[in-house]
Amino acid sequence: MPTTNQDFDAEALYRTLLEQVRAGLASVPDAAIVGIHSGGAWLAERLASDLDLKGRLGFIDVSFYRDDYARKGLHPDVKPTHIGFNVDGATIVLVDDVLYTGRTTRAAINVLFDYGRPACIKLAALADRGGRELPVAPDYVGVTTTLAGRQLLSLARDASGQLSLTIEDDNAETVQ
Amino acid sequence: MPKLYNNPQLNRNGELQHLLTIEGLPKSIVNHILDTAQSFVGISDREVKKVPLMRGKSVFNLFFENSTRTRTTFEIASKRLSADVINLNIQASSTTKGESLLDTIDNLAAMHADMFVVRHAQSGAPYLIAKHLNDSGRKEIHVVNAGDGRHAHPTQGLLDMYTIRHYKQDFTNLRVAIVGDILHSRVARSDIHALTTLGVPEVRAIGPQTLLPSGLEHMGVRVFNNMDEGLKDVDVIIMLRLQNERMSGALLPSAQEYFKSYGLTPERLALAKPDAIVMHPGPMNRGVEIDSAVADGKQAVILPQVTFGIAVRMAVMSILAGGRA
Repeated sequence: MPTTNQDFDAEALYRTLLEQVRAGLASVPDAAIVGIHSGGAWLAERLASDLDLKGRLGFIDVSFYRDDYARKGLHPDVKPTHIGFNVDGATIVLVDDVLYTGRTTRAAINVLFDYGRPACIKLAALADRGGRELPVAPDYVGVTTTLAGRQLLSLARDASGQLSLTIEDDNAETVQ
Repeated sequence: MPKLYNNPQLNRNGELQHLLTIEGLPKSIVNHILDTAQSFVGISDREVKKVPLMRGKSVFNLFFENSTRTRTTFEIASKRLSADVINLNIQASSTTKGESLLDTIDNLAAMHADMFVVRHAQSGAPYLIAKHLNDSGRKEIHVVNAGDGRHAHPTQGLLDMYTIRHYKQDFTNLRVAIVGDILHSRVARSDIHALTTLGVPEVRAIGPQTLLPSGLEHMGVRVFNNMDEGLKDVDVIIMLRLQNERMSGALLPSAQEYFKSYGLTPERLALAKPDAIVMHPGPMNRGVEIDSAVADGKQAVILPQVTFGIAVRMAVMSILAGGRA
């Protein structure tokens, strides 16, 4: 049975994250926001709106860059990647909902470099759940926690745009 | 329910193992290919026109029959997926020295091929190869049919569907006319199966009786021998090339006569809906099946078809090559 953890208030975590990103981007000239589908894309939309960076917003799907393609095949629901600004020289805040092994972050950085050469990439995550398998660390993070491997932390968005973060027990082996 | 026939293109889990024909392919798989292709379209506009999905994989283009466009688009698609591509000009190689088709395949498999893209003049040749690989336990090697005889050309059918979806969004309210030499056309067969699978309510076949195969009605197709009648109020017109090289005997009086009755002119195009699109799998015979004013006109989507074809082939290859064998 999935268990819902009410300890995480996703909206409050978002406000924490927003203030960190706002402070981090103060006096950065070519800032841009890029969200990783799907949860990171929702957060990136909100951040770009709240930071007045709507013209500097992009979305990426890392399915074509994943390191488990040879084992698991192509993800059944690949979303379009769209980066409508010039990546060359930009300071990009890469946004994901949950930071876990770091493999998604690695794939996302590779995607960005196929669009150009950013001046700097910063990593923002709503939650850092530990369990890193690569040398990746967030620059901006809503909350840091430790979860067991079989637990699944996932972000959801309802029809009104409200965010919620839930912990579920997953019997299947999951690789973030 | 017992299976009526063995479908060697799906594995035991119902996933795509080879792409041999659109006939019998579940709608979910067709949609999955089209959705995936949509994500690949943007890659060709980027600074780096490549993704690393098939890095280290070897794709062998086996063209037993000539084709420049299809072979080139498969080659580009493979390269944009970071695969290594080996083009074999079979006509000038071992088969002319007497080697059998399956011996050629075994030799290439021994060179660690991961995928064969096969074009063959004989209907069923890609099936034979896929079955040979399946039966000998080499399920990690995939086969893509790039056109076999008069039978099927599934990636062309899929790219035609992608093009229609791009311009018309919804399949379930469309009238689609396929015009010309349907008898010799593997493209027409693949298109008819795909359109039916995707729920197009009205598919029309237009052509002289000598170039229409029997049994089209059993595929749910409305047959017209008069082009003006057949084009009335259609949303999509798929023109076919007159395949002179495939014709045996006198099926047609002359190319000029053909154009008079079945050439797509601006006047005839005006009978279709005002926003109808005109497609052609290429290469075009201007002045035989299509007037230049139509081929170069604003309703023609013939060049976008070529561009979409690369993304669709990338989608097919990446779905086949990934994961579980």
